[in-house]
Amino acid sequence: MKLVKTTYNRRSFLRSSALAGGGMMLGFSWLASCKPTPEQLKSIPKEWFDINGFLKIADNGMVTIMSPNPEIGQNVKTAMPMIVAEELDVDWDDVIVEQAPLNTDIFTRQLAGGSQSIRQGWEGLRMAGATARQMLITAAAAAWQVPANEITTKAGVLSHEGSNKTAGYGEMASAAAGVEIPEEVPLKEATEFTIIGTDRKNVDGPKIVTGQPMFGLDIQEDGMLTAMIVHPPAFGMTYKSMDVESVKAMPGIKDVFPIEVYPEGVEKQWSDGGGIATLVAVVGESTWQCMQAKKALKVEWETTSKLESSADHEEALTRLLNSKPKEAARRDGDVPKAFKNAAKVIERTYSAPFLAHNTMEPMNFYAHVTAEEAKLKGPIQTPEFLEKTLASRLEMPLEKIDIMMTRMGGGFGRRLYGHFGVEAAVISKKMQAPIKLVYTREDDMTQGTYRPSYKVRYKAGLDENGKLIAWHVRGVGTNDDLVFENRFPAGAVDNYLAEKHMLESNVTTGAWRAPRSNFIAGAEQAFIDEVAELAGKDPIEFRLELFDRAINDPVGDPETNDYDPKRYAGVLRLVKEKAGWTGGKNGNSARGVASYYCHNSYVAQVLDLTMEGDTPTIDKVWCAVDCGIVINPLSARNQIEGGIIDGIGHATYSQMTFTDGKPDQENFDTYNLIRNNQAPKEIETFFVENGIDPTGLGEPSLPPVIGALANALYKATGQRYYHQPFISERQVVG
Amino acid sequence: MANFNLNINGKSQQVDVDPTTPILWVLRDHLKLVGTKYGCGVAQCGACTIHLGDSAVRSCQLPISTVGDQEITTIEGLSENGDHPVQQAWIEEDVYQCGYCQAGQIMNASAFLKSNSNPTDAEIETAMNGNICRCGTYTRIKKAIKKAAASENA
Repeated sequence: MKLVKTTYNRRSFLRSSALAGGGMMLGFSWLASCKPTPEQLKSIPKEWFDINGFLKIADNGMVTIMSPNPEIGQNVKTAMPMIVAEELDVDWDDVIVEQAPLNTDIFTRQLAGGSQSIRQGWEGLRMAGATARQMLITAAAAAWQVPANEITTKAGVLSHEGSNKTAGYGEMASAAAGVEIPEEVPLKEATEFTIIGTDRKNVDGPKIVTGQPMFGLDIQEDGMLTAMIVHPPAFGMTYKSMDVESVKAMPGIKDVFPIEVYPEGVEKQWSDGGGIATLVAVVGESTWQCMQAKKALKVEWETTSKLESSADHEEALTRLLNSKPKEAARRDGDVPKAFKNAAKVIERTYSAPFLAHNTMEPMNFYAHVTAEEAKLKGPIQTPEFLEKTLASRLEMPLEKIDIMMTRMGGGFGRRLYGHFGVEAAVISKKMQAPIKLVYTREDDMTQGTYRPSYKVRYKAGLDENGKLIAWHVRGVGTNDDLVFENRFPAGAVDNYLAEKHMLESNVTTGAWRAPRSNFIAGAEQAFIDEVAELAGKDPIEFRLELFDRAINDPVGDPETNDYDPKRYAGVLRLVKEKAGWTGGKNGNSARGVASYYCHNSYVAQVLDLTMEGDTPTIDKVWCAVDCGIVINPLSARNQIEGGIIDGIGHATYSQMTFTDGKPDQENFDTYNLIRNNQAPKEIETFFVENGIDPTGLGEPSLPPVIGALANALYKATGQRYYHQPFISERQVVG
Repeated sequence: MANFNLNINGKSQQVDVDPTTPILWVLRDHLKLVGTKYGCGVAQCGACTIHLGDSAVRSCQLPISTVGDQEITTIEGLSENGDHPVQQAWIEEDVYQCGYCQAGQIMNASAFLKSNSNPTDAEIETAMNGNICRCGTYTRIKKAIKKAAASENA
């Protein structure tokens, strides 16, 4: 145990009732959520006691822990409460988890993005549990008239050895709720953990497999109408007029009208990116009726800016790639001189298309806006920012706006951009009724905040010994500048130049799982593979030599280099050992290797594949990960596996293209997503054990696997793969 | 609009809807059985999979007028207490991430195992290829199906 001051977000440790006027988040949904067994019925508590904003304890010792952050499938709803439960020192079987609503008084950073929930939640979650535990101890000490420091806890039981007294947390919960928040609390050492680091099943699993309502699209409320939107058919077009009369008479249709989602003067947040100022709303009794009306509706659009095609993007990206930016993002040594003196020079260009997020649950949101208040619920990664925009758009104070977060049918960055929440609120206000806004798959795919399209060119120079002496990277993206100038191999090469450009486009783009890394990692790792080959060196040994340089004699200020070369080399050595790496072949399989650091975690992978004709079969992926302490290995492995399959899938099969501003792909009959038979036959994950504070896992396994795949494809086919998607032919699916 | 009598999860249900309405929206909007999911509306993703008799079908492409008195089973009716071998295997393997596609995956897998109780990996892949999982839980789905098959055969 170590003592820690409770200064971190101390306000969080006030009782929720003290902040919210009581009853705010005490809904007990356990009974409603599943059929209780006779044992559970016996244990139904009579009374709950608010200990702090994160948790309450019942008279029978059951504990409800709030999961503060949005759940998009990264399983923070299990992991975050595990951290609280660890420091509270309770039996996990006695814990009920609830999704917290948006409450900026109690919780900080209720946002799902950047793989940061666990990393940034870690300290506060531990403190919430430890503070509650300390309050229970204080209550027991007073009741038993013994010194608090002689009381121990284990699995929800308080004990005092000297007086032979014990009590369950439930017995002391009432008294503990009245105890002052301690100034200082002990935190466990990692060696004392009994919940953190153990496999715990997804707390929502039983609901998922029985199809219980959990998602935004599942919301049903009394008097609720369904709303859909019609958005411009092309980027560069805006609403002009429509013929509503024929459609208004269709069965079940209540109203059809244009909506000003973002009129002038609305204070927008960064999360409103991708939102269209004027849309058409179709409101009716049922989804199918709205879909029919949407199809029949004739809307006129006008062209207000350039209608861009993929050929335009390709041409503009190439033009920028061939032009020298005014300033370098980073420059070490004398790059032109080094290239002049190099024994060997290699230059390669890589590219990737726009991608849609394609969460399986299309965008949707429920809103009920009256003159007095706004109540919203639905799937959103950024509820706090949505609330701010709503306050401006509805001209309503923040405290009159309530946002509940539903479990999300995927996020991948798409639900960072909450314009659909604003749209739902504006439609509800106009209809003076509760509405559920539902996007069709086509609406969802064609009004994206897409992964930008990218191009990058690498040039490397080797001396006569095959040592890397010069490196030049120049990258460009649509609405994005792509290059991370201080990432590897910056700091490991004497002469280094990083340059970047951005191409402005009216095609809306945004964060897509592991932004920028999701392309540049694969390009860089494929290029390094080719450079290592030119140097006549094993690709792992070539990388390790560079990490040695960054460890022993870093170029530039080591603080500037955005990675820890020891941890980077660590995952590479671990995957080398676990995969039994001896080069680019493993029996009949071709092998590729890659490693990358992003979102504060380190990943290295070896990928084995075999070709049947033009079709690769991924036999196995070995993955080594350094994310510090692993909270829940079972779901951590799931995240790693998902990222690997996602990376392989998109790099191999997926693309979003445009003709005159109009997306060419509208649904899964033309947009290819990876299928069951295309996924790796096996994935094995190994975590580095080092006791370092935890970092995130939602993104880091995706970027490098694209490099490992490209390198294995080369070993299998003799061809290098520079342009994504690697295989673009439609795979017929029945 | 027209009246239809449906046989869903062993219960008779009456609805008054447009005859072209797909069963997906009858279930979700009219009967409040929202476990069956909307993913694409064009039979490409499998999220809306239900059983019609013993067969897995895409409910987004099944107009109510074509169903008659055939027995419909949805994820809510697959088992009484969520203890169908496929549901149990899903929990044991902790398959899901976001969970949205999994009702469709489970309904497809359970119909498949009825027709092939001891499938090979390749047969599982072929059977499951019409069900997209955007989170990438495919390797776990395969493991869970094998586990369910083994438990049913035990």
